[in-house]
Amino acid sequence: MSLIVPLAIALCVAAGVYLTLSRDLFRMVLGLAVLGSGVNLLLFASGRLGPLAPPIMEAGADALAAGAANPLPQALVLTAIVIGFALLCFGLVLAARLANMARSEDADALRATEPPGGEGHKPAVLEP
Amino acid sequence: MNLILAPLLLPLFTALVCALLAGRPAWQTRISLAGAAANPLFGLLLLERAASGEVQHLVLGGWPAPFGIAFAADGLGVALAVVAALLGLAVLVHQAGAAEPAAPSPGLHPLVHLLLAGVGGAFMTADLFNLYVWFELMLMAALGLLVAGGERRHLEAAFKYFVLNVLGTLLLLAAVALIHGATGHLNFAALAEAARRPELAGVLPGYLGLLALALLLKSAAFPLYAWLPATYHSLPAPILALFGGLLTKVGVYALLRLFGQVFAGVAEAPVQLLGWIALATMVSGVLGAAYHWDLRRILAFHIVSQIGYLLLGIALMSPAGAAATLYFTAHNILAKAGLFLIAGIVWRLAGHHDLRRVGGLYAARPGLALLFLLAAFSLVGVPPTSGFWGKFLLVRESFGQGQFLWGGVALAVGVLTLYSMAKIWLEAFWKPHPDGREMAAPVPGLAPAYAAVMILGAATLGMGLWPEPFIAFAQSATAGFGTGGRP
Repeated sequence: MSLIVPLAIALCVAAGVYLTLSRDLFRMVLGLAVLGSGVNLLLFASGRLGPLAPPIMEAGADALAAGAANPLPQALVLTAIVIGFALLCFGLVLAARLANMARSEDADALRATEPPGGEGHKPAVLEP
Repeated sequence: MNLILAPLLLPLFTALVCALLAGRPAWQTRISLAGAAANPLFGLLLLERAASGEVQHLVLGGWPAPFGIAFAADGLGVALAVVAALLGLAVLVHQAGAAEPAAPSPGLHPLVHLLLAGVGGAFMTADLFNLYVWFELMLMAALGLLVAGGERRHLEAAFKYFVLNVLGTLLLLAAVALIHGATGHLNFAALAEAARRPELAGVLPGYLGLLALALLLKSAAFPLYAWLPATYHSLPAPILALFGGLLTKVGVYALLRLFGQVFAGVAEAPVQLLGWIALATMVSGVLGAAYHWDLRRILAFHIVSQIGYLLLGIALMSPAGAAATLYFTAHNILAKAGLFLIAGIVWRLAGHHDLRRVGGLYAARPGLALLFLLAAFSLVGVPPTSGFWGKFLLVRESFGQGQFLWGGVALAVGVLTLYSMAKIWLEAFWKPHPDGREMAAPVPGLAPAYAAVMILGAATLGMGLWPEPFIAFAQSATAGFGTGGRP
């Protein structure tokens, strides 16, 4: 257990970085999602793995029983998962729309917002 | 009554009401403006209490600190929240005019207010994870505003912004997770205590380096600023002013809060590095601006350059350096946004963003030329504008610490900034219009745009002519920063 989680994090981060470095729009978005999964696992593991009992206090008690899981990272990771999912959806729609408009899924084709080419030390005059 | 949450709840509430009024644009605009006007007023109420040195606290959920989600209103956070609220008002007033406003869309006003809520929340929070959440809220609202134009260039800009900024927030989240794992805390006050435990001295500097990397990406520092000049120029003028004024400054604020206060003195080496990053940011930003002839691109590169000054104040790691950064940030938000709003008016009057296709504005609109000169001098740092005092505080503290190279480069970059502003003055205002465009006739609908520029111009002039209360406030708000003072 203690080895599987770090390995899973490493695998997710490695795969995520590899995909994000691609020039394909969809791979980039998916890469960020996989990278996000790795980070979420890291966040989850930050509360220490091991104790498995549900973090529920008995009536009248003022502290968790020994052996209870840490509830805080679960709340944090839930927040991060929701945000990450929303961003993934947005990113996929954006990539699809962009690929449709640019008729290419290659990031190198995204030139519409680059500075205009020019001669020597000056950029070209923009079109009216 | 506890008003700590006003800087985030009021924009959030306004955004909600505006979203519900999506089918009634006239009412949506009215509610949006009313919310934006009320926001600085609530901020001033908070400021009054923060000015007396009182730090208001609020812990949500009834949990005792450090377990509940804490908010704190101290001088630093409140001052920036007021400036952000003022900018929000100016931007929405400008949007009501005819100077290159964003195309009307039902989502525009809700998204602007959501962005302001994210900024206000980031300034008010006293919790590391909560800070990440506000960054995400800002990111989502910003993405919505970026794609609002719907043309290919907007989507391309949004995609580049999306990839690099999501990477930034993931780095931030990873740093938050590692720091939480090491210290067991997220609350700023508890983190400040825990970070000084000697057994953490081995791991914490590495985690803090990751945190700094994420925040430097968010604040567009060298060499991580590529996303900014690639995207900002695709935005319409008021939204561009909002982005250029606020978003990167929140990253700077987080750096100042975390490295100047919470983790001050924990990691020395990264702070030295920050000084050199600041210099590289200043120089590369201003050189980028010198190359371009598109007004929006010039000003976007100047954002990067000015971020360098703010980082320099943090890197000096002293109360005076932190006070200079606070004063400079407030000044920079106002002056920079004012220039972007003026760029919108220039576009409306002279018909283009490229400086080689415009001209003649000094003869046709001397008032506008005066407003531009005020904002441009403020950016350069000519007295009696606010920029002079910001640079004065910063350079004096650099020299005082014996960092003559840092202070010297800050002064030299000011000269290059002057070159850039002089280029805009000569091309857009001084030379005749290349097409002989007739600009004497009054252009309808520009009054709100002028009003917005004047709000910001008056603020920067006021900060410059009566600097003492502002500087005294900045110094009291950042007392103990950089020297291991506890939040």
